[in-house]
Amino acid sequence: MCGHCGCGNKEGATILNLQTGKETAMGGHSHDHAHADGTSHSHGQHQHSHSHAHAHAHAHADAVSDSHGHDHDKEHHHEHDHVHADGTRHSHRRSHDDEHHGHNDDHGHQTRSVDAVVELEMRILAKNDALAAKNRAWFAGREILALNLVSSPGAGKTTLLERTIRDLCGELKLYVIEGDQATANDGERIRAAGAPAVQVNTGTGCHLEADMVARGLSQLKPALGSVVMIENVGNLVCPAMFDLGERAKVVILSVTEGEDKPLKYPHMFRAAEIMILNKTDLLPHVDFDVSRAVANAREVNPDIRVFQVSARSGDGLQSWYGWLRSEIGKSREAAFA
Amino acid sequence: MHELGIVRNIVAIVGDAANGRRVRRVTLEVGKLTGVMTDAIMFCFETVAQGTLLEGAALEIRQIEGRARCQTCGLEFAAATLFTPCACGSRQNQRLRGEELNIKSMELEGEIA
Repeated sequence: MCGHCGCGNKEGATILNLQTGKETAMGGHSHDHAHADGTSHSHGQHQHSHSHAHAHAHAHADAVSDSHGHDHDKEHHHEHDHVHADGTRHSHRRSHDDEHHGHNDDHGHQTRSVDAVVELEMRILAKNDALAAKNRAWFAGREILALNLVSSPGAGKTTLLERTIRDLCGELKLYVIEGDQATANDGERIRAAGAPAVQVNTGTGCHLEADMVARGLSQLKPALGSVVMIENVGNLVCPAMFDLGERAKVVILSVTEGEDKPLKYPHMFRAAEIMILNKTDLLPHVDFDVSRAVANAREVNPDIRVFQVSARSGDGLQSWYGWLRSEIGKSREAAFA
Repeated sequence: MHELGIVRNIVAIVGDAANGRRVRRVTLEVGKLTGVMTDAIMFCFETVAQGTLLEGAALEIRQIEGRARCQTCGLEFAAATLFTPCACGSRQNQRLRGEELNIKSMELEGEIA
């Protein structure tokens, strides 16, 4: 398990349709199980998952018997590191029985048969990117404007959405995909504000991925020409890398945070097209230098557009709404281009 | 922070491509401007690879320095960070290298595992 946050593990990710109350699990992909005895194996629907199951589940720290019924009639040489001439380090955790060629006592990598180097030249996030492209085409065909809202936890994404829904409900059809690690609290707030919402709980995951959005859309069924707001998990790191198929990322920074956030999290501020500086009603009470924050954001992303708003008081929201209207118009025109 | 997810992708892609053969080595290309920590990739790899065809495989990471072209003066320069400005002072630049996140190659053992 990743020592940082455990992201990328969709085990336990769920999607709750707040209109119907129906909850579905993400699942459908392989995931690893670690057992108390230190062995691990993977279950899943990938073709390769079980073709070799338990063939080498011998990662015991000690040499005690295991419960998988393997024959252990040879002495094990578990967990030893090899250092190669080129400086590459790796460790072996397999059982080294007589059948296991390639790791003789001299560690010389002599093999009985021909090895092969296969050039792959594949992008690691190709799968997510392909699914995001599919989402993007789905949105385009339906003249839908999709936005990916990102920020630290507590910057005011949900409050901004609630206010936007209440102010524009007579004019726009707004839908929301809510991403959080747990609880349907934000989804309920959005629904109370008057927009259909789907809550995606990522479990241990720290960001939304394109497949979660696709599953959310299949529940949400947004109307032609509508706006889909995707509220990402509060996190300024991971969501920067994962394309969801949105038209633009909108990063929200609040004046109760530091002006240097754009410099601390440059990937996110670089990836965003819009920065909404929220909670401006609190400016008299905090030491937040607006011009410095904007300068920092432009240092990372010279093209970023900034809207200063208070989702609470309503100050400055007209500039945000104006941008939304113009983008909705573009989405409609683009569908016929 | 997202390195575990990235490693899971690596193991899934290589595992599929290996087609039943054991993987001895995986070579990645990681640009220095991607924000991906190579230490965290290394750390996660051994754990995620357990119980797969990649178990025990060596992971080699080739880091790629950032390069950018200034859109104001046209100079091509080394970009140590995402927001390294050009010598002319402009921050309008097009990144040429440093954002790679690729699986370059894999080395397979000779026999079906």
